Amino acid sequence: MSNVVATAIPQDPSVVPSSVSQGKSLWSDAWKRLKKNRAAFVSLYFIVFVCLVAVLAPWIAPYSFETQNIDRALMSPDGVNWLGTDSLGRDMFSRIIYGARMSMSVGVFTAIFSLLFGGAYGALAGWLGGWVDSSLMRIIDILYAIPSLVLLILVGVIFNSLNLFENPELKALTGIFMALSVVGWVSLARLVRGQVLQVREMLYVEGARALGASGWRIVGRHIFPNILGPIIVMLTFQIPSNILFESFLSFIGLGLQPPYSSWGVLANDGWRAKSYPHLILFPGMALFFTMLAFNLLGDGLRDAFDPKMKNR
Amino acid sequence: MIGMVLGWGLVALGLIGIILDLGGEFLLGGIPPEFWWVFALWGLSAAGFAVVRGQMFVFVMKRLLEAGFVIFVIATLTFLLLRFLPGGPFDAEKALPPDIKANIEAKYGLNKPIAEQYLSYLGSLARGDLGESYKYIGRPVANIISETLPISFQLGIYSLLLAFFIGIPLGVFAASKHNSLLDNGLMIFAISGVALPSFIVGPLLVMVFSFGVPFSAMQGLLPPALWESPIYYILPVLTLGLRPAAIIARMTRSSMLDVIQADFVRTAKAKGVAEQVVLYKHVLKNSLIPVLTISGPLVAGVLSGSFIIEIVFGIPGMGKHLVQSVSNRDYPLILGMTLVFSAMLVIANLIVDLLYTVVDPRIKLG
Repeated sequence: MSNVVATAIPQDPSVVPSSVSQGKSLWSDAWKRLKKNRAAFVSLYFIVFVCLVAVLAPWIAPYSFETQNIDRALMSPDGVNWLGTDSLGRDMFSRIIYGARMSMSVGVFTAIFSLLFGGAYGALAGWLGGWVDSSLMRIIDILYAIPSLVLLILVGVIFNSLNLFENPELKALTGIFMALSVVGWVSLARLVRGQVLQVREMLYVEGARALGASGWRIVGRHIFPNILGPIIVMLTFQIPSNILFESFLSFIGLGLQPPYSSWGVLANDGWRAKSYPHLILFPGMALFFTMLAFNLLGDGLRDAFDPKMKNR
Repeated sequence: MIGMVLGWGLVALGLIGIILDLGGEFLLGGIPPEFWWVFALWGLSAAGFAVVRGQMFVFVMKRLLEAGFVIFVIATLTFLLLRFLPGGPFDAEKALPPDIKANIEAKYGLNKPIAEQYLSYLGSLARGDLGESYKYIGRPVANIISETLPISFQLGIYSLLLAFFIGIPLGVFAASKHNSLLDNGLMIFAISGVALPSFIVGPLLVMVFSFGVPFSAMQGLLPPALWESPIYYILPVLTLGLRPAAIIARMTRSSMLDVIQADFVRTAKAKGVAEQVVLYKHVLKNSLIPVLTISGPLVAGVLSGSFIIEIVFGIPGMGKHLVQSVSNRDYPLILGMTLVFSAMLVIANLIVDLLYTVVDPRIKLG
């Protein structure tokens, strides 16, 4: 604590740090703390690896995700099919790699979309306050009272029956995307509103206002950078929960369907095949390690950004 | 005094009920359903007493009114969403002859304007009538719900109980041996439990304990599906309870580690209270408040989680029916189930809020 006070009252006016370098030091501080957290850092590497696999899937996968080979159906792992084959003889290893592509992109893009929408909504509520805030928050309260999976199912069904696209993959993806976004934005809106409410009363915001900064400038230069930490943490937790929700939708038949591949589709196939452990074990492991990595990274980021952890 | 009697009586009644319910098949051939009415009445009077004594009457009324409004809005939204979907409930793969379809739609009032349908729906809702299912012809939705809800409720309650009974002791052990091998091991278990999706755990457990996949000696040890007697409960409850148990364990641990640093703990230690007594009497009691805080979301999670569990294990509960009714376009059933699920969530959150004041007298609700 004494450390902070000492830097806040510099003796020599020439060493007053500019606002830019101070802003940087908060981030490099967090980075330094994150680096010390080995679990979080390994997780970060693992997530980057999964992302690379997802992007490079067509070049890495030994087979296509839909090529069937009935002669080799339901094979256990061997030299030809490293992780075995499913009931139509499709290569499990390739399907998991393509599944990473689908699961990761759904997880990441819906999280980003939820952030953009929910963040704008929450920031508006928090910044304007008053009756705008209370009416916007009422809507959130209502959405919060619906169990998220019920909401997910309802929205999924609606977009499945709208028939916006001929292509079944595109149709399923829009359904998944909309359902996940509808469920996901609520918690982000709540978080951003709470953070904005907290930060807008800070002295530096008042100072900026006294200096005649416009509303946009205050939001962009002063509020946004200061609430970014909790948002990143929340986003890190949102991505695995979206991956899980996508799997859930595919699992109950509202998401992607075979021959397309996502980890949820594979888990569903594996569950239906009953007593072939490799069919559920490998997609399950892919899901588990990815979820674990995001959770560990999220924990690490939270500790790194939390001011209470500072100098500890 | 009265509060103690009411509160502990409620807990005792609940435990007796559960024990009799689990063992009932073998001992007495089940317990009479009236028992649960007694339990519910007891719970209501305990809640009433807590409300009166804590002067929370206004708060509870406000919350109940709000809950009513929320449920009304949900009913409206779901109704509109379903009505504006393209394709009606009777567009099966095999197209019905037009006059038969018109007849069916007239029977259920689907040919009337939406506004009229909505008003009559709200009217019957106010009378507590949820309508008739389209798929199970002639069966009232309330009937289906009253048949499936107890099963889902059992599943949820047992899973939550399991979660608390496993999670809290694990958290306490981990915190009391902070930074030890045990602590680290338990926390790895807890984080893994959060990251394990139930639709992976469930089938894997079934594979091991029912199909005997790696060890054929375990084949047929536990039934893979259905919900008929306590032995059928083990796998589903374990699968559903794992995640909340992991969350509770983590929460208990971190909250205990916070409380251990509090001044009153130092005081207790300084005046010579035994280490174990400090840990269980002072620290644990005060660490349970944050654990209670997350039980609202946990109840919601168990509620949602029961969907997958019911599908994986073929349990004839509400979640399974909801998923089916959605693909069948069984409007009244979807609406009824959505409302019941939302009402359960709202009520669970209210109960958690009220429990705060019981656990921590410093919290005042207004």
